[in-house]
Amino acid sequence: MELTGAEIAIRCLQEEGVEYVFGYPGGAVLFIYDALFNQDQVKHVLVRHEQAAVHAADGYSRSTDKVGVALVTSGPGVTNAVTGIATAYMDSIPLVVISGQVSSNFIGEDAFQEVDAVGITRPCVKHNFLVKDAKDIASTLKKAFYLAKSGRPGPVLVDIPKDVSNQKVEFNYPASVHIRSYHPERQADAGSIKRAAQLLADAKRPMIYAGGGVVLADAAGPLTDLVRLLGAPCTNTLMGLGGYPATDKQFVGMPGMHGTYEANMGMQHCDVLLAVGARFDDRVIGNVAHFGSVPRKIIHIDIDPASISKRVQVDVPIVGDVGQVLGELLTVLRSSKQKPDTAALEAWWKQIAEWRSRNALKYRYSDEVIKPQFVIEKLYEITRGDAFVTSDVGQHQMFSAQYYKFDQPRRWINSGGLGTMGFGLPAAMGVQLAHPGATVACVTGEGSIQMNIQELSTCKQFRLPIKVIALNNRYLGMVRQWQEFFHGNRYSQSYMDALPDFVKLAEAYGHVGILVEKPSDVEGALREAFARKDELVFLDFRTDPTENVFPMVPGGKGLSEVIFAEDL
Amino acid sequence: MRHIISLLMENEAGALSRVAGLFSARGYNIESLTVAPTEDETLSRMTIVTRGSDAIIEQIKKQLNKLIEVVAVIDLTDGDHLERELMLVKLRAQGEAREELKRMADIFRGRIIDVSDKTYTIELTGTGSKLDSFLHAIDRNLILETVRTGSSGIGRGDRILKL
Repeated sequence: MELTGAEIAIRCLQEEGVEYVFGYPGGAVLFIYDALFNQDQVKHVLVRHEQAAVHAADGYSRSTDKVGVALVTSGPGVTNAVTGIATAYMDSIPLVVISGQVSSNFIGEDAFQEVDAVGITRPCVKHNFLVKDAKDIASTLKKAFYLAKSGRPGPVLVDIPKDVSNQKVEFNYPASVHIRSYHPERQADAGSIKRAAQLLADAKRPMIYAGGGVVLADAAGPLTDLVRLLGAPCTNTLMGLGGYPATDKQFVGMPGMHGTYEANMGMQHCDVLLAVGARFDDRVIGNVAHFGSVPRKIIHIDIDPASISKRVQVDVPIVGDVGQVLGELLTVLRSSKQKPDTAALEAWWKQIAEWRSRNALKYRYSDEVIKPQFVIEKLYEITRGDAFVTSDVGQHQMFSAQYYKFDQPRRWINSGGLGTMGFGLPAAMGVQLAHPGATVACVTGEGSIQMNIQELSTCKQFRLPIKVIALNNRYLGMVRQWQEFFHGNRYSQSYMDALPDFVKLAEAYGHVGILVEKPSDVEGALREAFARKDELVFLDFRTDPTENVFPMVPGGKGLSEVIFAEDL
Repeated sequence: MRHIISLLMENEAGALSRVAGLFSARGYNIESLTVAPTEDETLSRMTIVTRGSDAIIEQIKKQLNKLIEVVAVIDLTDGDHLERELMLVKLRAQGEAREELKRMADIFRGRIIDVSDKTYTIELTGTGSKLDSFLHAIDRNLILETVRTGSSGIGRGDRILKL
């Protein structure tokens, strides 16, 4: 039977088992929305801005292991989606974004709502397609899902002109897909795995540095086994939090600009560093030359060959699926007769304990003004560490990463690579839809939340009982912190004046708002909010406007060049 | 160091801009880039002349391989290879210069492919440096117009880049 291109697109989503599409209708996607209307298998979530559609699909994907799907119209629909796509690209999140395009005969004529979607998204997608004939829709979408999910995941955009979505052709969903120039599944080199195992077995000061790749590959299990087998300290990057249980004694916290002293010193002074699904990001290793100035052997496991030796030259590169490689590494190590050097390990842990005793995350509690760190500690306590926590970008993001201890992967959802303010609330929508009944908290600031605050309306429509934890310090806190440290306290445009009354705003959207001004009210307010299981509660915490994130490795400095809270 | 990267890619709209975009987005240098379909019309062959440290060249190859439409990438400068570029040059050819320019073209094994009462158009192939030498050998005032293709490269002997 012949179907329209639009019907085929929706049938493809059904075939892929897509549960939710996050989107916003418009002229160029009217046929696709019509096809959506005529079925009830794929549910559509109407957002209030296309950026939020992509972030919601992204949050959905990060909290599950599924591909997130967004649907936007041509022109401004797709340009609004670009920030969401770039966010997913930087963090390797598998998404399929379907965009409408003006009819084929209008392309290139500066038609109403025309933009070169494939051109404008090219630098921030894993791949993209313009479908020129309805008979190609099924095979293109099949490829799109395959590309998004396989290898190093990423967003894929499929641009469908309006006339193509109304063209009738026979529908056949391909059972398999082959792209001759794309071979993501590769067997890791057995020799390299042996060399890595030997280095780890001989190590006196081993250190495991695990990133977002562990979460994406669902490899927390083998990572945990390996860390325990080696008896080595483990650090998880901002993207990797939850990849190794944060409450475990072998966990030394997050590394990098706002990482713990013990994690950074461990990274710097280990003799064998095992990097797993991590990419030596500038926010993680600081100054490259300083990082490379000490002798150590580096083993790097990554699915993407281009991630290896990009910023830091490594001794043993291993290209492959992180989970598989860790499994093979475990097998080799377990069958080895070699005993671990317990004396060396003991000395190494003694050194780490000394670094740890600096207690880099301590802060001065106040009973006058709410400390943002205190809110996160209470949030952790009250949710018993079992919430999904999304965040926006800034100080509150760092406080969440530092003080909420994630024991499981896919619980901490944040924009690490692109650093997108406005990510938190829409991402939380995707998470809540993927996990109905679960506790979902969106930690945000008064700056970030206003970048996608319109989504409170979507939350109302779809009854998403997210708890918005706004750490409202009346400043763009991280900007203010940098201005204090590096720009002579000149707070250029970092003060948020004329803020809305967030309680009334939440109420205007039909939600519950609670203002919290005293430290003694923090716990009660959180308890009340989480007791309201079916309602979105917006908690406006008035926090200390002068609080900074510590410890800090300033940009361009080395990992051991740390500023502590007590230094200032 | 100068490298000649040769690649095969799907002959599809937009494939070239993915390669060009990659170089500009990541700040890699392109000295020249040539592309045309191969005898298998589903594939295009591209030759990119670039410069960079070994680490940069390694990244360029990896990033090119990551592009979904790129089928194969080799660095011709890793082994024996041939390199040719075509140049068309239009020269002011009047009076005694006419004979002199004809002689120059012969020396460089160029061919005069168009003649008017005031001009010669010469076709010249060779390595980039040979073409440069020709231009240096000619009085600069006589050069009216030049057009160069950029280098195409191929491995010597059994070094073959094919699907």
